Amino acid sequence: MKKTAVVLLAALALGGMVLAQKKVITVGIFPNLDDAIKAQLPGFNKLYPNIEVKLVTLQYADHHNALTTALATGQGLHDVEAIEIGFVGRFAEGQGFEDLNKPPYNADLYKKLFTPYTIAQATSSDGRFIAMPVDIGPGTFYYRKDILDKAGINPASMMTWNGYIEAGKKIKAMDKNIFLIANAADVAWINIFATVGAGEGYYFDKSGKVIVDSPRFVRAFELAKQIRDAGLDAKIGAWTNEWYDGFKKGTVATQFSGAWLQGHLQNWMAPETKGLWRVQQLPEGLYGSWGGSFYGIPSASKNKAEAWTLIKYLTTNRAAQIAAFKAIGAFPALLSAQTDPVFEEGVDFLGGQKARVLWREAARKVKPVEANKYDRVANEIISTALSQVLDEGKDIKAALAEAKTLIERRMR
Amino acid sequence: MQHSSTAPPRASSRQMRWSNLQRRWAPYVFISPFFVLFLAFGLYPTLFSLYMSFQSWSQTDGWGHWKFVGLENYSFTLTDPMFWRAMYNTLWLGVVSGLPQHLLAIPLAFVIHMGLSRFKTFVSAVYFLPYITSTVAVALIFSTLFSTQKGVINQTIAYLNTLPLFGWFLPDENINWFLNSTIKWGIALVVVWKYTGWNTLLYLSAIQAIPRELYEAASVDGATRWQQFRFVTLPLLRPMMFFAVSLTIIGNMQLFEEPFVLLNGGASSATQGGQTVAMYMFRTAFEWLEMGTAASIAWILFAFIAVLTIINNLAFGRAAQGRGE
Repeated sequence: MKKTAVVLLAALALGGMVLAQKKVITVGIFPNLDDAIKAQLPGFNKLYPNIEVKLVTLQYADHHNALTTALATGQGLHDVEAIEIGFVGRFAEGQGFEDLNKPPYNADLYKKLFTPYTIAQATSSDGRFIAMPVDIGPGTFYYRKDILDKAGINPASMMTWNGYIEAGKKIKAMDKNIFLIANAADVAWINIFATVGAGEGYYFDKSGKVIVDSPRFVRAFELAKQIRDAGLDAKIGAWTNEWYDGFKKGTVATQFSGAWLQGHLQNWMAPETKGLWRVQQLPEGLYGSWGGSFYGIPSASKNKAEAWTLIKYLTTNRAAQIAAFKAIGAFPALLSAQTDPVFEEGVDFLGGQKARVLWREAARKVKPVEANKYDRVANEIISTALSQVLDEGKDIKAALAEAKTLIERRMR
Repeated sequence: MQHSSTAPPRASSRQMRWSNLQRRWAPYVFISPFFVLFLAFGLYPTLFSLYMSFQSWSQTDGWGHWKFVGLENYSFTLTDPMFWRAMYNTLWLGVVSGLPQHLLAIPLAFVIHMGLSRFKTFVSAVYFLPYITSTVAVALIFSTLFSTQKGVINQTIAYLNTLPLFGWFLPDENINWFLNSTIKWGIALVVVWKYTGWNTLLYLSAIQAIPRELYEAASVDGATRWQQFRFVTLPLLRPMMFFAVSLTIIGNMQLFEEPFVLLNGGASSATQGGQTVAMYMFRTAFEWLEMGTAASIAWILFAFIAVLTIINNLAFGRAAQGRGE
């Protein structure tokens, strides 16, 4: 009897020590999602004082390259890994991440809490769910109010592609140094990304067949070509100095992008244009998504339970999601966070416009798109076809047919 | 075996064995760092990539999930239009950026040697500077220079256009250098700028090794500077030309950094127009995650370099040896 009590006491003491001991977990992450998590961690530490979170930040490309290499060798993986939308599809197809559908995660319980299309993005073709969505990038249509006013254009008239192109012509007639858009290719891309049929992928149909020669693509290419031929675009590549310059100097009147562009414009690209920009939905009732981030748990992680605790907090805790939104403007993937009063506030940079309500509406209307292992290859091939059509005057049908065979070749 | 008079007169047999052992193995221990490094970072990766080229493997599958596919990777690459486009770009860049390097470097080295002997060190250091400058910095500067609207190059062309005489051969509009059709010229310019100094230095060192008496004899015979260059310098430079051209062939076939940075790592719309084989290989491996295919590209590229080097050897090397003797 006495002996049992001693053993029990010892066990309790040991258990207590284990509990008191801090468990350290690591998170592999990239800027500026690391700023978001830094804003979220104080709240997490209050709830879970026994878990200490260490951030390992690398630049965007370096982080994903390092993650790929780590997955290849099974060495050097962190307990939690941040994954950007451009990579989530291929990591989903690989075998390196935990399937969160399975116990002990049972992510099915949480899926309905998120903006629906993000779930499809992180799901592999065989149904594994490898990462929880943390932020999203609803597509939106930016325009310079001052320029449109000067040219006497009603922004609502730009809600059809014909109207959009007509407005471009008016702007050009007013000032030949102001362009409708930085690059005509952007119009092709939003048409490709926002017109996906239900259950299809961007480049592949339900059965995985390549559909890049479908009317969807032809129309997208034709619109871009119309804009290029009318001399309405500045022929500038995104994320170049000239791109920033176009925003700064007001030589570009409109831009299609994710809602996050507002943060970039305000913080570093063109802070001096504050109050001149406005947003509206994409033309012709399109809704698309640009960007988004996820958190997944590598199968090689040694602290899966703690990792899951952290991920659950970051993605499903309303306060945490709002903290991230306030820190870096990362649009919450969590539906309940989108009803926070902060969304009803006007955005100073957009002249006090209540843009977040608009973005929230867009986010809810984006349809889920099936991810495919070959999305990146297809993206590159279509991008080449597009530049052949726009820059070199190649025939649209021929360029797309060629692109189709190139993509099919790679899917051996 | 007595090799030292100061050796202890009566060493125990154990000591004897130890010193024997040392004598026999010490050289191997001393030379081992090279072999260890070579095995770890040279031979092993090489053989492993050969093994990999017969497998189908993606990094996200994890270590060990290989699937043997035989020669499939090779047959895929050899019939891949994207590969051949990259090969065409590489060969094009090899010629357009390789040839000028030598055509500029040889006369330059001669001029520095003959005319600027007092500032030789300074001048060659200046020419060598581009070679040691970080490629990323170089490419960033050049992408600013090439910029369509604001770039110095386009602005210079626009200015020259306002002068008489120039208008007829210069384009009226700003050139967009970042198109599939034009990007190769930009890359070639960067490569020439970067490596001409390196070749100049090679040729300068070879020219310095040419005996003065030959030039003295030539000038006694009444040879002009040009004749000295043509009939003394050039023939005696042939061994160095062979060496420098070989290096250029190997270097240009593996061209990677300059196009990679100028093309924004493949994000530019002109990627296909400027993509070299090395860049294509990198993207196959790390963007599209087809390690097996990438390994087969590496070995096909190796075969190309080997063939070109052999041709260079036949055309240049033998003649160089013949004349050099």
